[in-house]
Amino acid sequence: MTTALFISILMTIAAAATPLLIAALGELVVEKSGVLNLGVEGMMLIGAVTGFAIAFTTGVPSLGALAAMVAGATASLIFAVLTLSLMANQVATGLALTIFGTGVSALLGAPYVGITTATLGPIFPAALASDPIGRVIFGHSPLVYLGLVLALAIWWFLKHSRAGLILRAVGESDSAAHAIGYPVLKVRYLAVLFGGAMAGLAGSYYSLVLTPMWAERLTAGRGWIAIALVVFASWRPGRLVLGAYLFGAVITLELQAKAAGFNLFAPEFLASLPYLATILVLAIISAGKGSVRTAAPACLGQPFRASA
Amino acid sequence: MALAFEPRREPSRAMILAAPVIAVVATLVAGAIVFTLLGHDGLKAVYQIFVVPLFNPYRWQDLLVKAAPLAIIATGLAIGFRANIWNIGAEGQYILGGLAGTGVALLTLDVEGFWVLPVMIAAGILGGMVWAGVPAFLKTRLNVNEILSSLMLNYVAIQLLYYLMRGPWKDPMGFNFPQTAMFSAAQTLPIAVPGTLIHLGIPIAAALALTAWFLMTRSITGFQIRVVGLAPNAARYGGFRQSSTVWLALLVGGGLAGLAGILEASGPFGQMVPQFPTGYGYTAIIVAFLGRLNPLGILVAALVLALTYVGGESAQTTIGLPSAAAGVFQAMMLFFLLATDLLVRYRLVIRRQAGGTPPAAPVMAKNPSPSPETRRIEVEPAT
Amino acid sequence: MFNTTRRRLMAGAVTLVAAVSFGLPATAQDGEKKDKVKAAFVYVGPVGDFGWTYAHDQGRKYLEEKLGDKVETTFVENVAEGPDAERVIRQLAQDGNDIVFTTSFGFMNPTIKVAKQFPDVKFEHATGYQTGSDNMGLYNSRFYEGRAVLGTIAGKMSKSGKAGYIASFPIPEVVMGINAFTLAARAVNPDFETQVVWVNSWYDPAKEADATKALLSQGADVITQHTDSPAPLQAAEQGGAIAFGQAWDMTSFAPNAHMTAIVDKWGPYYVDRVQAMLDGTWTADNVWLGMKEGEVEMAPFNDKMPADVKEAAQKIVDDTKAGTYEVFTGPIKDQAGEVKVPEGETMSDEDLLKMDWYVEGVKS
Repeated sequence: MTTALFISILMTIAAAATPLLIAALGELVVEKSGVLNLGVEGMMLIGAVTGFAIAFTTGVPSLGALAAMVAGATASLIFAVLTLSLMANQVATGLALTIFGTGVSALLGAPYVGITTATLGPIFPAALASDPIGRVIFGHSPLVYLGLVLALAIWWFLKHSRAGLILRAVGESDSAAHAIGYPVLKVRYLAVLFGGAMAGLAGSYYSLVLTPMWAERLTAGRGWIAIALVVFASWRPGRLVLGAYLFGAVITLELQAKAAGFNLFAPEFLASLPYLATILVLAIISAGKGSVRTAAPACLGQPFRASA
Repeated sequence: MALAFEPRREPSRAMILAAPVIAVVATLVAGAIVFTLLGHDGLKAVYQIFVVPLFNPYRWQDLLVKAAPLAIIATGLAIGFRANIWNIGAEGQYILGGLAGTGVALLTLDVEGFWVLPVMIAAGILGGMVWAGVPAFLKTRLNVNEILSSLMLNYVAIQLLYYLMRGPWKDPMGFNFPQTAMFSAAQTLPIAVPGTLIHLGIPIAAALALTAWFLMTRSITGFQIRVVGLAPNAARYGGFRQSSTVWLALLVGGGLAGLAGILEASGPFGQMVPQFPTGYGYTAIIVAFLGRLNPLGILVAALVLALTYVGGESAQTTIGLPSAAAGVFQAMMLFFLLATDLLVRYRLVIRRQAGGTPPAAPVMAKNPSPSPETRRIEVEPAT
Repeated sequence: MFNTTRRRLMAGAVTLVAAVSFGLPATAQDGEKKDKVKAAFVYVGPVGDFGWTYAHDQGRKYLEEKLGDKVETTFVENVAEGPDAERVIRQLAQDGNDIVFTTSFGFMNPTIKVAKQFPDVKFEHATGYQTGSDNMGLYNSRFYEGRAVLGTIAGKMSKSGKAGYIASFPIPEVVMGINAFTLAARAVNPDFETQVVWVNSWYDPAKEADATKALLSQGADVITQHTDSPAPLQAAEQGGAIAFGQAWDMTSFAPNAHMTAIVDKWGPYYVDRVQAMLDGTWTADNVWLGMKEGEVEMAPFNDKMPADVKEAAQKIVDDTKAGTYEVFTGPIKDQAGEVKVPEGETMSDEDLLKMDWYVEGVKS
């Protein structure tokens, strides 16, 4: 395998992994606070269409990315109000959000089909990226770097900051946290909004960087992979980066193998690998620590009710 | 002066019935507004989707045909949801049911006999049960969250379908198109009402819902399921094992989803194609909730959702409404239902002082939508 | 288990129907003239896909333009193949449409079913291979003629001698396209190779983009596709390769990479059929039209194309229209080196419609 091919593959892996990473990081924060938001796919699509629409209208792609974050957060607000204030079932609400996001994005995006816009290009000067090694380090879209920086920031936030401690406490035992005096609902609201913003940003990656255009169902189910990734990574940011790049590699290599003419495995088998791998990891981590303790936040998915 | 939610002692019977109605009405109103904002004639859109099909006798058959698989799957899911078993894998179980039945069909393409179709249907039910058995096993033995495991299997099922359609099960006379041969007459679901589109699946759906309702309210197993969902500790004291409930809930959910799958494959589709997964597994979740997890309510809810599909299609031709509109309405219905559901368990009160006696913790900490028939079991949450 | 009689009978029946549709002239319909025709269109994708469905919708708009108030058109988009399609087609028939065009292969069986139930409504199905009643016709387009032009350009402009082909499903229409492309390219460069990647979907922009990148990294510098989104073009543009639009001119997506495109021009055919309805002369037919009839057109050649390449490409177009060039003329060898079409012979339409083998140079 030539260097050029190798570099090219690495670039593609990074590109495939980044939206998964960003969306999954957002969902990780949400789940750490004890909330399960299955609406990631819907929020990603809303982010994708908004990002594209704004980027096209203003001509500034980064404004599009910002708008995508706002849109994603707004979508997640519906979820937050329903599940946190109205104590609705989180699974059902998340699913409804996905279906809603799919439909609304298609409606909003209708006028924008069939056009393209400038992409969120590389931010480092082209000179740095002239040789192959330089390309791998400096030649990516800004969101790739953002994803890695974000992972680091979230890791630090959860482990070493007071706010992160409160978040984790809320997710592990909401009644205890409430008893201590932490504002459980407010923390969860903020977490959900953050998750929404991240999902929106990840979605905009598809419509602004990967394939600068809008089409219905552009994200093609990657939101569900992001949710799976969080579990795959045992709710740890560091493992999440590994997991995202691993999934990105599986996605990329499936196509690379086809392009090279290797037909060893049925392509359908390769396509189902991320999902099978997730189930396997789920089985391992859930069983490993006994039947009761798992790596998941203890209050995941359960609504919080203030008690006397 | 503050608004507060105060838990009710018992779920309000009036609200239980009213909540879905309020949800649908709110959807119509909100939908009209949203679509007007988007540049379409909002009122006309609502009228075209929800009213027009009801007055067109041709469309009634379409509604029944579309509602049948939704109702069957939702009935199975509701049983699980009552026990707090979140089977999100109905789509995959539906596919596996279709595939299993297709497998039998491909082996018996040239065979005559009235037993062919029943065997296909049995295979379909088994296929769905096997696929649901995986998350059941993972949950009972390894404590894996069934939401994620069943969800992941949906995608695996889709890939399996693609593989079979592209490879081993491709119709040799089909010009290399990824699809199976058409099923023979012995393998096609018969029409229940001659001269119409109403195939056997429709009375089956109705019969199943009635049976499920009967079992849930009158049998020990039904009681077990509801208790496990409402108060798991009380259930344990009462001798109902969590694991047997998990298996029961998932196998029933999977079996019914698989049944819906083979009925669709042998009826409306008449063969197996890569486009087989139509999202019924996910829409059925909405149907289950809209029907308040009650099989009879589910029958009505299935018709309402069928209305969004059928109405949405004709709205495309009559007022040019985009095809995405149906999905938006469905999601809105679920949003509103989940919101109004709160009013079943809580009462909105206006308090004089802002810091009055905080409400007591409601007893049902986990169950989302109680059945209208049960009395709540007053049990202290376990420490 | 074994190839039993019924299977053979079915096969024979299909061939018979196909032969009848192809060979013998169809029986005349009752020639009642109409003042106004209500035409309905069933689309498998969104009209905004800028590809397959977009092209059909442009045809519908052309029809409205040309026939003015003698025709009233409606359409339903995003119709899933299968029972949903049957319901939509039936609904359109019940709603009083005079002719229904169903524009995807997967609509064939539903159209056959509904056509039998509504003998007074006319149905036309695109890219299918059988009908069930004499109020249903078939129409198709010789896209492969356009592929021959693309292959010529590729053969001349490619430095690596390798093209990447993003393909959907290995159905005859797609196989034909791959083969025509490769044959034409090899006529220019005898060592030309076409690497095919199957994405198993007609429309999946992210996957198409990824597949393109993979092919580029494997050394292809020409990209062509039989999928419906402009994503491969965008990826090709980013990668500095040349590419071709699918079903419509996609220059806006890749101004430097987009050399030309095969443009599906359905408009004139739709006008022809509706006019026949107005005149009362509509009969069920099975037509396969191409460049000669104006159904296949090439998008304007990119300025960046060298003059000699433009000339060669234009020659193919002109010769095809004149009937003096047929890309599927022997000798044609398959991947194993066997001669499938002897020298001087041209493949028949029947053989093309069943094509399931690849020519030499195709890496599938």
